Amino acid sequence: MLTFTIRRLLLAIPTLLFISLIIFLLLDMAPGSPMSQIPLTVPLEVRLKMIEALGANDPIFFRYINWLHKFFVIEPLHVFDGLFGTTFAGDSLRELSWQSRSPVADVIAQRIPQTLTVIGMSYLLGILIALPIGIYSAYRQYSWFDQLGTFISMIGFSVPTFFTGVLLIVVFSVKLHWFPSIYDTTLKVTDWASFGKQVKQMTMPVAVLGLYNAAQISRYMRSSMLENLTQDYVRTARAKGLSERVVVLKHVLRNSLIPVVTVIALGIPTIFGGAIITEQVFKVNGLGQLLITAIYANDLPMVQTLTFIFAVLIVLFNLVADILYGILDPRIRYD
Amino acid sequence: MPDGAMPVLDVRGLKTVFRTRGGEVHAVNAVSFHLMPGELLGVVGESGSGKSVTMMSLIGLLPSPPADVREGQVLLGGVDILKVSPEELRRVRGARIGFVFQDPMTSLNPVFTVGNQIIEPLRAHMGLNKAQAEARAVELLELVGIPDARNRLRSYPHQFSGGMRQRVMIAIALACDPEVLIADEPTTALDVTIQAQIIELVKELRHKLGMAIVWITHDLGVIAGIADRVMVMYGGQVVEQAPVKDLFADPRHPYTRALLKTIPKVSGVREARLQVIDGQPPILAGAPTACPFRARCAHAFARCHAENPQRRAIGAGRVGYGHDVACHWDPEATDA
Ligand SMILES: Nc1ncnc2c1ncn2[C@@H]1O[C@H](COP(=O)(O)OP(=O)(O)OP(=O)(O)O)[C@@H](O)[C@H]1O
Ligand SMILES: [Mg+2]
Repeated sequence: MLTFTIRRLLLAIPTLLFISLIIFLLLDMAPGSPMSQIPLTVPLEVRLKMIEALGANDPIFFRYINWLHKFFVIEPLHVFDGLFGTTFAGDSLRELSWQSRSPVADVIAQRIPQTLTVIGMSYLLGILIALPIGIYSAYRQYSWFDQLGTFISMIGFSVPTFFTGVLLIVVFSVKLHWFPSIYDTTLKVTDWASFGKQVKQMTMPVAVLGLYNAAQISRYMRSSMLENLTQDYVRTARAKGLSERVVVLKHVLRNSLIPVVTVIALGIPTIFGGAIITEQVFKVNGLGQLLITAIYANDLPMVQTLTFIFAVLIVLFNLVADILYGILDPRIRYD
Repeated sequence: MPDGAMPVLDVRGLKTVFRTRGGEVHAVNAVSFHLMPGELLGVVGESGSGKSVTMMSLIGLLPSPPADVREGQVLLGGVDILKVSPEELRRVRGARIGFVFQDPMTSLNPVFTVGNQIIEPLRAHMGLNKAQAEARAVELLELVGIPDARNRLRSYPHQFSGGMRQRVMIAIALACDPEVLIADEPTTALDVTIQAQIIELVKELRHKLGMAIVWITHDLGVIAGIADRVMVMYGGQVVEQAPVKDLFADPRHPYTRALLKTIPKVSGVREARLQVIDGQPPILAGAPTACPFRARCAHAFARCHAENPQRRAIGAGRVGYGHDVACHWDPEATDA
């Protein structure tokens, strides 16, 4: 397993390099200039100097290497320094956002907590709801519980989140005034009152995404359980005189979880990327919203970096899924 | 009863129906049989004759719905286990009645170690702690002839061959010293040499442990080698039942006679699932009102189409305890 992991990690390097090249080249072809946000009153000589300083006139290959170097070495060092007060990075030039002129890594670091609390929570909640529902629906296939679950999850993943989001806002914010319609990022949780506020403002976005995630994962769980419930080994477990609880929650569940865990692991990158719409709808200023605004502002470094981060996460969690598969299923031996 | 002993298992008038979309399937119709302590009862009959469903009905292994065990009694040590609570029935399964299934490749859970799967019934029924259960599991693996038993406990089923897995299944079934072992075609999925080894193993274990065995098979050749008595099933019914010698010497039912003709002459060659008998097995759509074998029977006459024959004794003895047959036709009257 260890050699497999190492081999896969090594293989991930050329994969990521290739992806980074594609991302870099594609986005480089996009229209836009670092000067587009600079007022027209700035004289031409100054503009040219600024472009020079940003290195935007260098040959494309040179810029690519430069960008890679920043992404993998300089920015991580700066982030590390920021976290632990060290000075490894020194005063090396940072990758700056064209829009805000502050380092890309810092902006992203500011946005991560919002995304993780709101989107991460909805994913976690979705999983916690989905697993028991999927298990019970399969165990009582075609019962009213199963039928209801099927109906709700059909709604859950066929109605887009921008629709459910807006619907919730109209009903619960505009009409009933129960929850705020805008997520307030400046809110600091210091006491129970502010904690209550935080919970309140998280409720709707988490509910919308949670429903969507739960709908999907519960379907996976259900079908995986159904597949396993009719296996011969289940009959053996019953013939041994084990209780239904042990038969279902040990024998069947353990087998059924293998594909579901893989699906869950593969879905984790979507926490960062896939919730773009929901963040927009509820004005949560997380990574998704950052990407959208960066695209509108032609903020090339920001878009490149975010896109590449999503790519890294996808490659990484693919590997995680494979490793989990190997751990959960003893029949799989990678070495 | 010949020797005055009580049967360990006494099944009376068992009837199991499946409720399906296409209507009811009467898979088991008024099946009665018993099992004496230490006895080996062979059960034969072609595919779909209701052998498995009968045995699974006994201990509530059929999913309900669609299965419905409608009538009958299953007396285990005098107590009707069809009437007890699910919880009490659970304590019979694996403890007093052990089960071995046909396909050892799929009958073990792939994600748990073999040791874990042997230990489960020991802990559930015998209340052993982990160390005791492990010691017993080693004993059991040695008993069924698995070398290096202690280390093998940590192996997963996929690390065993088919024959070894069936040995593990037998170890699991015997874990709690059951009074009855039901083996449902335990060797059908194995190749011939392994098959012979498993049969030898069961013979040996029977001498050592003395449990009563129900052995389901398609292979009358196997039956001749190990069974004390034979029960022939057809269309969800018992059509003939006799001590093994009597059955081979003097088969009464036309179906049994046809079966006996299908035994391969060269020992070791397995017969092709009895397809040699012309015609199709009956569709069990309703409670039988006529002999289920009539359509394929060379001797069928008017009565066979009008009335389902009851089991009747041949010679002395009660039905079920000597030689009996469920057939209107009398070979002595015509054969002569
Ligand atoms: N779940 C079910 N629903 C409907 N009918 C069923 C079901 N299970 C079994 N049956 C029917 O019950 C009858 C008896 O099946 P059973 O499995 O007992 O046969 P068998 O004698 O064990 O055959 P084999 O030798 O192939 O194992 C068959 O006709 C089958 O179609
Ligand atoms: Mg069968």
